[in-house]
Parts: sequence; C-alpha cells; structure tokens
Amino acid sequence: MSGIPHDHYEPKSKGENWIHSRLPVVGLLYDTIMIPTPKNLNWMWIWGIVLTFCLALQIITGIVLAMHYTPHVDLAFASIEHIMRNVNGGHMLRYLHMNGASLFFVAVYLHIFRGLYYGSYKAPREITWIIGMLIYLLMMGTAFMGYVLPWGQMSFWGATVITGLFGAIPFIGEGIQTWLLGGPAVDNATLNRFFSLHYLLPFVIAGLVIVHIWAFHTTGNNNPTGVEVRRTSKADAEKDTLPFWPYFVIKDLFALAVILAVFFAVVGFMPNYLGHPDNYIEANPLATPAHIVPEWYFLPFYAILRAFDTEVWLVIAVNFLTGGIIDAKFFGVLAMFGAIAVMALAPWLDTSSVRSGRYRPMFKMWFWVFVVNFVVLTWVGAMPAEGIYPYIALVGSTYWFAYFLVILPLLGVLEKPLPQPETIEEDFQAHYGKSSSTDGAPAATPAE
Amino acid sequence: MLKKLALAATLALTPVSGAFAAGGAGEVYNYDFSFEGAFGTFDQAQLQRGLQIYTQVCSACHGMKYVPLRTLSASDGPGMPEEQVLAYAEQNFEVFDAEIDDFRPARPTDHFPANDAVGAPDLSMMAKARAGFHGPYGLGINQFFKGMGGPEYIASMLAGYTGEEKEEAGTILYENKAFPGGWISMAPVFYGDDVEFADGTEATIEQQSQDVAAFLMWAAEPQMMARKQAGFVGVVFLTVLSVLLYLTNKRIWAPVKARAKE
Repeated sequence: MSGIPHDHYEPKSKGENWIHSRLPVVGLLYDTIMIPTPKNLNWMWIWGIVLTFCLALQIITGIVLAMHYTPHVDLAFASIEHIMRNVNGGHMLRYLHMNGASLFFVAVYLHIFRGLYYGSYKAPREITWIIGMLIYLLMMGTAFMGYVLPWGQMSFWGATVITGLFGAIPFIGEGIQTWLLGGPAVDNATLNRFFSLHYLLPFVIAGLVIVHIWAFHTTGNNNPTGVEVRRTSKADAEKDTLPFWPYFVIKDLFALAVILAVFFAVVGFMPNYLGHPDNYIEANPLATPAHIVPEWYFLPFYAILRAFDTEVWLVIAVNFLTGGIIDAKFFGVLAMFGAIAVMALAPWLDTSSVRSGRYRPMFKMWFWVFVVNFVVLTWVGAMPAEGIYPYIALVGSTYWFAYFLVILPLLGVLEKPLPQPETIEEDFQAHYGKSSSTDGAPAATPAE
Repeated sequence: MLKKLALAATLALTPVSGAFAAGGAGEVYNYDFSFEGAFGTFDQAQLQRGLQIYTQVCSACHGMKYVPLRTLSASDGPGMPEEQVLAYAEQNFEVFDAEIDDFRPARPTDHFPANDAVGAPDLSMMAKARAGFHGPYGLGINQFFKGMGGPEYIASMLAGYTGEEKEEAGTILYENKAFPGGWISMAPVFYGDDVEFADGTEATIEQQSQDVAAFLMWAAEPQMMARKQAGFVGVVFLTVLSVLLYLTNKRIWAPVKARAKE
C-alpha cells in the first residue's frame, strides 16, 4: 500500500492471527483509524465527520420514517400527518430528518469551500474531488426527491418545475421528462419512483463516501499549508502528523457536539424555519402557488437557472447561432448544470503551483468574493424574478463562471505567491511555539 | 392584570406592518401567544375556548380532517377528560361509517370531519400553512425573531375586517387588513359575543380571534410541547458533552502543543 509511512496492525494473539490470515478486517480498520493526519489541520477540517454523521442520521431516521410512510398521491400527505401525530416520537423523527437535510447541506457547502480555499482539489487529489462532486450531485437529487414525498404544494410544484428542466432539452427533452415522471405529469407514478430512488440513492452515496475516504487516505489529507507530509521515512512523517485516533477523532467529535447542540435547538424550537408554509397544504395540481421556491440549498443554482432569460444578449446570440435549438430555457438548464461542472473541473482550471490560498494574496480576494457571491445568489434565488433581482442574479452567475473559467487559470500565471513553510512541522511550531499566552498553564499536563 | 394591560398596550401600539412579500402582504400583529419561545406552553383554558369557537363558528364551513378527536384529551393539549371528549364527539359531529353504510355520531377514535360544503380550506394545518411574517427582502430575519407567524396571521385576519365589501365576478369580497391582497372571500365571522365562554371570559372579537388561532396552532402542532422538551434536553446534554469533549481534546493535545514550544 502506498501512502504515508506508518505503523501497521500486527496480530498478537493466536485468535487475532487466525482472523487476520483469513480476513484482514481488523488491520483495515486499524490502518483507517490510525491514518497519519497532518497535525496542523484547523477547524475547517471537521466537516467530513459532520457529513458522515448527517448521512447516518438521514439513513437511520429515514428508514424508520419509511416504515410509516405511504407513497401514494391520496395517502402520502395523510401518512406524514400520521407520523406527526400518532407515531411514537414520529414528530421528532420527521423534524430531525427534515432539518438533517439542511445541516447536511450547510456542512457540504463549508466542506466544499474549505477544499476550494486550501486547494484540496489539486493534484494528487483530483479523484477525491470528483468523487466528492458526484456525492454532492447525488445529495441534491436525493434531497429533491425527498422533498416531493410529503406531497405538499411545494413538493408537487417543485417537482413539476425541476422535471420540466429536462423537458427543455431539445428534441429528446419531452421524452426524457415523460420517462422520468412515468407519465405526462407529476402523479402517482412519479411519487412512487421518487420514493424508491430516495431510498436507494443514500446507499449509493454511502458507497461513494467510502471511495472518497479511500482516495484521500491514499493521497493523505491536504492541510492549511498545502505542503505535503514528508514521506522520506516514518520518523519524518511522524514529525508532520499525528494518528487520526485519538487526536482528530476527539477534536472532530467536540466540533460535532457543538454543531449538534445548535441543530437540536433548531429542531426543537423552530423546526419549520427552513421549510415553506405551502408544504403544509396538500398538493393540488389545479392551484399553482404564488411563488414556487426550492429548498434553500438549491437557491444559488436556481438563481443561475433563472438568470439567463430571453433578454440576456448571450442567450439571444446563442439562440440565433444554434437556430433556436438552444433557447433561453435550455440555456438556463445548461448554465445550472454547467455551474457544477466547472466546479468539478477546478483541479484542471486552477493553474497555480501553490496549493493553499493562505500563500496566494490575489487568490484570497477573489475567493472571498466568490463566497459572498454564493450568499448573494442564494438570496436572490429566493426573490421573485422581477425588478432588479434578475440583474443581480446575472452578475452573480457571470462571476461564478468567471471565477472558474477565467480567474483561476489566470491567477496561476499573474500571481506572485508568498513563501510557503518547508514542512508541516514548521507551520505547527510557528503556530504553537510562540503563542505561549494561550496555552501556558495546561501545557504542564502530564501525558500519561 | 399587569400582563393583560401590557398585552393590550402592545397590541394597540405595535401594528407589525411592512410584512414584506411580493403580492402585498397585509398587516399582521405580533400577538404574544403563551406557546411562543423555547419554553412556551399551550394555555389549556385558551385551547378549550378556541375549540368552542371552532365548534360553534368555524366548523360550519371548515373541516379539520387530520386531527383525531381523541387528542382533545392530551394533557399537553386541551386536556379535556375522556368522558367529555366522548360526549363532545357524539353531540357535535356525525361521520360516515362505511361498515354500516350510514352516518353515525362521531367517536373519539374518529377525526374531526372534513367539510367541503363551501370549498373552505381544511384547518388542520392552517397555523403552519400560513406565514404571518416575511423577509425583510427574503432574508428570513423576521421569522427568526418573531416565528413563522401562522397563528398571528390567523388572529390578525379574523380581527382584520374593515367592514368594506365589493362584488367581483359574482363573488362578494371583504376587505381585510391582514389578508395578502386586501380582499378575502371569507365573510367576517366575529362581531363580538359570538360564543358564550364557559369560563366567563369576555368574547370580544380580539379575544375570540386569538383563542381560535391558539387552538389551530395546537391542532397543527399537537406535539409542540413534547418537541420543545426533546429539543431542550438535547441541547443541555449536547452542551455538557461539548464541554467534556473540549476538555478531553485539550488534554490530549496539550503534550503535542507543549512539545512544539521546545
């Protein structure tokens, strides 16, 4: 096995030997949990554990919810109320599951921004990044289908709008849409297949999560300096790293506990804050809600989708050049999926030889504009497409693409990076060696 | 008494207007309901008054098909004795029983009946299906501090008729300060003393509007108190756990950080 040199599991007793020679599962777990981890990881490296927890939470609460849920257009809405009113602890299960989706996306966005800032996507971690993007796409699909299941007004009309996007594909779009829906419109067949897929996809995600972890356990974690762990010898590696257990497990669990305290406050005291009131009205194909708004975590992409309307000159030009094949609607769809595609291509679009944003003065500025832009897009996605909002959405969408397609490639050439530390050890020393004020007294704690 | 005065003063002085939403949302008052906040609980007397209003006024046009009658005896809800619930169900509602192919008096195991007679919406989840507060500018800050405002909207709407009416396409619309758009097809239902409360509370329009709004909040979220308690216990335990893990983490890392100083 490649990777950072470290101790491996040695079976000691006869029994351990017996198992290890037949199925080295203990060794696998040992190597996974004792993986050498850069010791300078900061608090932005905790989101992986939070995400793993979210996946487990969603699967466990989801499996129990599925025991009480009925995927039928006449019964789905009532079965949710059955869960809320009659099932023991059902209201908590459902609110945990509902808000768990939001926590999942908060965590995944911060995780992605962490990767973008510290250049975690760069060689040799491209596959980790691509797998991560696939997980993110699957998460969006799963969350979208999950939102349809309660069969409220937003469920129904959200499903109608989103599946309508596929209908925008020229020539084959309508066929694809009908195939996805299982009929000409969102109906019982749609609800059934969405339920089936909503149950299936989390397990696909779980599989990809294992591949994601496997990939970065091979390359080693990135870290705030972006400098690689020394692999020249085990002794050198140990100067840069600490085993994942107990140092990072406890650190991550601490962060997780703090985050869950906030999460429980939301679930307990304001469980519907992130939802939409219209979804407490049963789906009615004859009454369109005044504003169809997706869940908050889709809003940036919803803004990009709507930004390219028929008045944008680029859309008009493309429409003209393609002889009307790419109309405004299809352009919007392409832009929305393209926004994720360009993010997935970041490893090849970023030309800088320096990994971490910490040593890239120009990049830093553009990155924070990107973050602010993301927040603005989220906000504008929730606003009606009228007045000044479409312009804001258009500027934001343009920046999104410019960041990946223009800024990242150019910065690598134009920017003069700051000096990086030689080793992770040096960075760690610089951080903890000097600041004696913060950790003065407890440093005397004996390591028993 | 003081609280009541303060309440009256707040009601009089703070019309929470400017509830922003495209489509022109109306004026929704930020009523001070007993069930607000992390420790707020339902006021049993108020829920029972609300039930009385629902039974004598609302149920003429509206149904509440997702709410089981038996839950009226829930101790963290209206808390009516079971015999009383039985009597209430039998006296007030008839349900269709497929087994005997006929209508029979309702039992506690039945739900409140649906009512589609005049096309009025079902009220089971009405308090969660409406947002009294919006924005500002889609930011959700108002909802964060004031709550979603479902019951506030219901109470404001019921007490928000101006007395103006107009006819539009054969329907009479009534001007209402709280209703988005300003004109609602539901006729005003409260004129004061529309019901006679058993507990002697004066049945003003304001009082009745708030009582029925509180009742509908319970109907929409009967497990609210259990949920808040679970949330509170969760937060307390996780806070303790956080402190313990913080100390553990600090101790584990102390020698590593100490070595960095050498």
